[in-house]
Amino acid sequence: MRGSVAEALGIVGLTRRFGALRAVDGVDLSVERGTMTGLIGPNGAGKSTLFNLLTGTLRPDAGTVTLMGQDVTRMRPEARFAAGLGRTFQIPRPFARMSVLDNVMTAPTAQLGERLWGPFLRPRAVAAQEARLRARAMEVLDFVTLAPLAQHPAGKLSGGQTKLLELARVLMGEPSVILLDEPAAGVNPALTELLIGKIEELNRGGTTFVIIEHDMDLVMRHCAPIVALAEGRVVFQGSAAEAQSNQVLIDAYLGGVHA
Amino acid sequence: MIGVISYLVFFATVASILAIAVLGLNLHWGYTGLFNGGVVAFFGAGAYGTLMLGGAPQPHLGGFEWPWIFALIGGVAAAAVLAWIVGLLTLRLRHDYLAIATFGVAVAFENTMRNAQGFAGGAQGIRGFERPFREFAGNGLGWNLLYLALVLVALVATYLFLERLARAPFGRLLRAIREDEEAARSLGKSPARIRLTSFVTGSAIMGLAGGLYGTFYAFVSPQDVLPILTFQIWAMLIVGGAGNNRGAVAGAFLIWGAWTASGWGLSRFAPVDWQLYAGSIQWVLIGSVIVGMLMWRPEGLFPERVGEDRPQTGRTT
Ligand SMILES: Nc1ncnc2c1ncn2[C@@H]1O[C@H](COP(=O)(O)OP(=O)(O)OP(=O)(O)O)[C@@H](O)[C@H]1O
Ligand SMILES: [Mg+2]
Repeated sequence: MRGSVAEALGIVGLTRRFGALRAVDGVDLSVERGTMTGLIGPNGAGKSTLFNLLTGTLRPDAGTVTLMGQDVTRMRPEARFAAGLGRTFQIPRPFARMSVLDNVMTAPTAQLGERLWGPFLRPRAVAAQEARLRARAMEVLDFVTLAPLAQHPAGKLSGGQTKLLELARVLMGEPSVILLDEPAAGVNPALTELLIGKIEELNRGGTTFVIIEHDMDLVMRHCAPIVALAEGRVVFQGSAAEAQSNQVLIDAYLGGVHA
Repeated sequence: MIGVISYLVFFATVASILAIAVLGLNLHWGYTGLFNGGVVAFFGAGAYGTLMLGGAPQPHLGGFEWPWIFALIGGVAAAAVLAWIVGLLTLRLRHDYLAIATFGVAVAFENTMRNAQGFAGGAQGIRGFERPFREFAGNGLGWNLLYLALVLVALVATYLFLERLARAPFGRLLRAIREDEEAARSLGKSPARIRLTSFVTGSAIMGLAGGLYGTFYAFVSPQDVLPILTFQIWAMLIVGGAGNNRGAVAGAFLIWGAWTASGWGLSRFAPVDWQLYAGSIQWVLIGSVIVGMLMWRPEGLFPERVGEDRPQTGRTT
């Protein structure tokens, strides 16, 4: 099944140290296109650090990352987004003193009006592009059920709504791979169901997801495959059924979940 | 009566010039979150640049007698070039360090002007600038009125330019970078380039204010680029409302009004032995205004608008 053609993310020997701590320690992982991979592991296992290495927020000490077959190891985060890699943050990072709509309209790359002279030299082209972006942003906000709040300051949203906003922002870039860091943390159950529903809908449309999540029930029901990280290493990789019968995982991490 | 009118014209001219500088700072701080602690360096580069290029031959550098408008453009360019160099060196720094670094640049600028006798006239500054349009506006109130009109044109043009920018995707991008640089990067934005663009543009606007100021007095000296001017311009922005161009202009008029009124009040009513300290008392007053505003109304008199004409209320957490 493995192979670069079907591979959305190819991770080889990825390592990142913080002082003496090996936060990510020689991770090899192949994320297949169209999958919804669940990334689990105890606190401090290195899950978020792995995301930061994939997006370029952190530089690896060793190893390589490919995105849709292209080596992106040396690319800056902004270039990786343009290349089709989107991400959300464990602690949401909305543009607080901007409206929800402006948050979402910021995301698309290569906007004519983002250049200093754009609005003056090509006002019509900028206005036309803005109109298109606005329409698309409202569609995306509608998709994540935030359309009624489009003009609200993003800093005033609830925690769950902020997670939806981050997803909406990322979707504007139409990435092929999306990394979600604990999308359900602090989100009420009704909103979580909605969020997962939206993610699955996108996944059926072909978007590849990697999801860090501590809610085991959610991971077991929705993610395949499941990858477990502990102390910076991949300690398990397989289906939900395999995870539930894996003694190491049960002892180390899953214990009690299915009591 | 004529005295009152000419005083009002004088006041409005200086306040409008300062308002232009405040608009430049608003682009830096209000929109981009760049803490420029050295506003006077760019203001000064504009003033010195304009007078050097447009002035009559002098013992120091300059005196090229360029037509006024070209001299003014040269002054703006001088401020922009200085900002570009400073920006390349310091914009990687975070807020507090950027503030200290730019403050240092301004102090270095002042000291250079004060000591470089052959370059910038030293402590005596640069004089003898031929004011524009003297031929048909004379030297008295007529010229002052004409010049006020010119300054107002510059103020309105700057305001419209910045409003257009603020509403364009460019302004949205600046605010996104102000709010969260890492999130902006994760959405494909390159903060370094945009911060530099904003820094150079805002500084060029400060340079325009400096050039107009130097033209008005036909004189500039190191006394015009002291740190107090940076603080005054900051006070104007904080009182008016960072992130709101209308607030920036209103803040300039309010603070400049309060500043001149307090100076006049102190000289008129304060006991004679206090007069010596009038300058220091004004410093304390402006400091108190900044602190008081930050404590009780940090968003300023005209808060930034978030969303469609939705005034933001209170602090965001
Ligand atoms: N910037 C940093 N500097 C130093 N140490 C760090 C840094 N970032 C993470 N770490 C450390 O690296 C280890 C892995 O952290 P990471 O955030 O990746 O864990 P995680 O698996 O996401 O945990 P959680 O489930 O709690 O979010 C932790 O021990 C953490 O303290
Ligand atoms: Mg984490």
